[in-house]
Amino acid sequence: MTLPENLKYTKDHEWIRVEGATGTVGITDHAQGELGDVVFVELPAAGKAVKRGESFGTIEAVKAVSDLYAPATGQITETNNELSANPELVNKDPYGKGWMVKIKLTNPGEIKDLMDAQAYKASIGK
Amino acid sequence: MSLKRTAFYDVHVRLGGKIVEFAGFEMPVQYTGIVEEHHRVRSHVGVFDVSHMGEVEVWGKDALAFLQSITVNDVSKLSPGRVQYSAMCYADGGIVDDLLVYHMGDHYMVVINASNIDKDIAWMQNNLTGDARLKNISDDISLLAVQGPASLATLQKIAGLDLAPLEYYHWVRGTIAGQEMVISRTGYTGELGYELYFPSDRTLGERIWNAIMDAGKEFQIGPVGLGARDTLRLEMGFCLYGNDIDQTTHPLEAGLGWITKIDKGPFNGRDTLVKAKKDGLQRKLVGFMVQEKAFPRHGYPLQVEGREAGHVTSGTFSPTLEKGIGMGYVPAGNAKTGAAIQVMIRNKPVPATIVSVPFVKKQA
Repeated sequence: MTLPENLKYTKDHEWIRVEGATGTVGITDHAQGELGDVVFVELPAAGKAVKRGESFGTIEAVKAVSDLYAPATGQITETNNELSANPELVNKDPYGKGWMVKIKLTNPGEIKDLMDAQAYKASIGK
Repeated sequence: MSLKRTAFYDVHVRLGGKIVEFAGFEMPVQYTGIVEEHHRVRSHVGVFDVSHMGEVEVWGKDALAFLQSITVNDVSKLSPGRVQYSAMCYADGGIVDDLLVYHMGDHYMVVINASNIDKDIAWMQNNLTGDARLKNISDDISLLAVQGPASLATLQKIAGLDLAPLEYYHWVRGTIAGQEMVISRTGYTGELGYELYFPSDRTLGERIWNAIMDAGKEFQIGPVGLGARDTLRLEMGFCLYGNDIDQTTHPLEAGLGWITKIDKGPFNGRDTLVKAKKDGLQRKLVGFMVQEKAFPRHGYPLQVEGREAGHVTSGTFSPTLEKGIGMGYVPAGNAKTGAAIQVMIRNKPVPATIVSVPFVKKQA
């Protein structure tokens, strides 16, 4: 299981990579492993406003479905269209090609409340 | 209560199996991934450890009469070497368990669901009649299911007999990897496949497991976990006890009329089933396919024309069809192939169509 040091994590197993005022969001390697084969990711359209801690989409695995929660407040600027044809990218490359949405952050100060890799690792008992 | 392990537990861990609790056992839900394991069984061959299943021997000169009284199918139709799918019912027609009955020559063997072993044995014990005795051999038996189009070619390489003549729902005693065992042409995947019953022992088990894996290597054999076992059985529309059938459902509404032999004579639940048949079924278990990219899950409500009509008893993403499929009970009047229903997926009605099962057409 990998946990990049340059990302921030939520207790709901999302990660966010902040570059300037934009955050790229996906789910952690641990989360994809627990879910198993991902077969569909339902994402909002660009332009939609999201609020920290609120559901912005769902992820369907063969045996389970899970909500996706926004790590930060803002507006969706882009979604990963690749996932509609290749949802398995979430399993194969959770921090890379398996990214889900980009959020234009309205309150970048929220990011510091998220967990770093070490705190997330402890939270999942690893 | 501590969890049980089968003789193959160490093998599962070594192969990277993701271990979960299932029916009191620590079992592998998947090794490399449910979708890959599923396709392996549909296209090649896979091996399942199903040693958690229960086996009960029935002995005595009244064994046949006892089994006739406690199961819904006609056990008198069995002859040595044959297997029968059946079920036990309570007096109200509710299902105690679904099961297999093996005619072993001088006795019978009943194969039951792992989650129901204690309940089933108590039920059978309380209903014993005449000269019939039970022997629970569940802990003494290892059971491997070798399933898929290449299962025959795989096992034939290490079998001490010609397996080709063995017909569906028949069994034979013979050797695999030099070990004498019960070789049964049965399974719950819809594919050509075999189930192998032999003494539970870690050393013996690993030797047989490895021999099967070596023999199947050229056919792309691999281990398959409980996750793919469930998607494979659901694609065939086979019932899972605890989901699609239980003490609140009877065999006729569950689509198990084909194993329910009302005319064979008295058996537990018969009076209720006769009446249910005469009055007409209130509801029926149907298979349905979801139109959108959304997947039904156990417990989701079903609606017909906006009215609550039942709930999803089993649902999944079908790896073969790449669509959401499910089963559930709907009012008998709505249980027509081609009829539109809605599955409430996270409070949103999603259109689905009732289809005839199996969802995937196969000839085991």
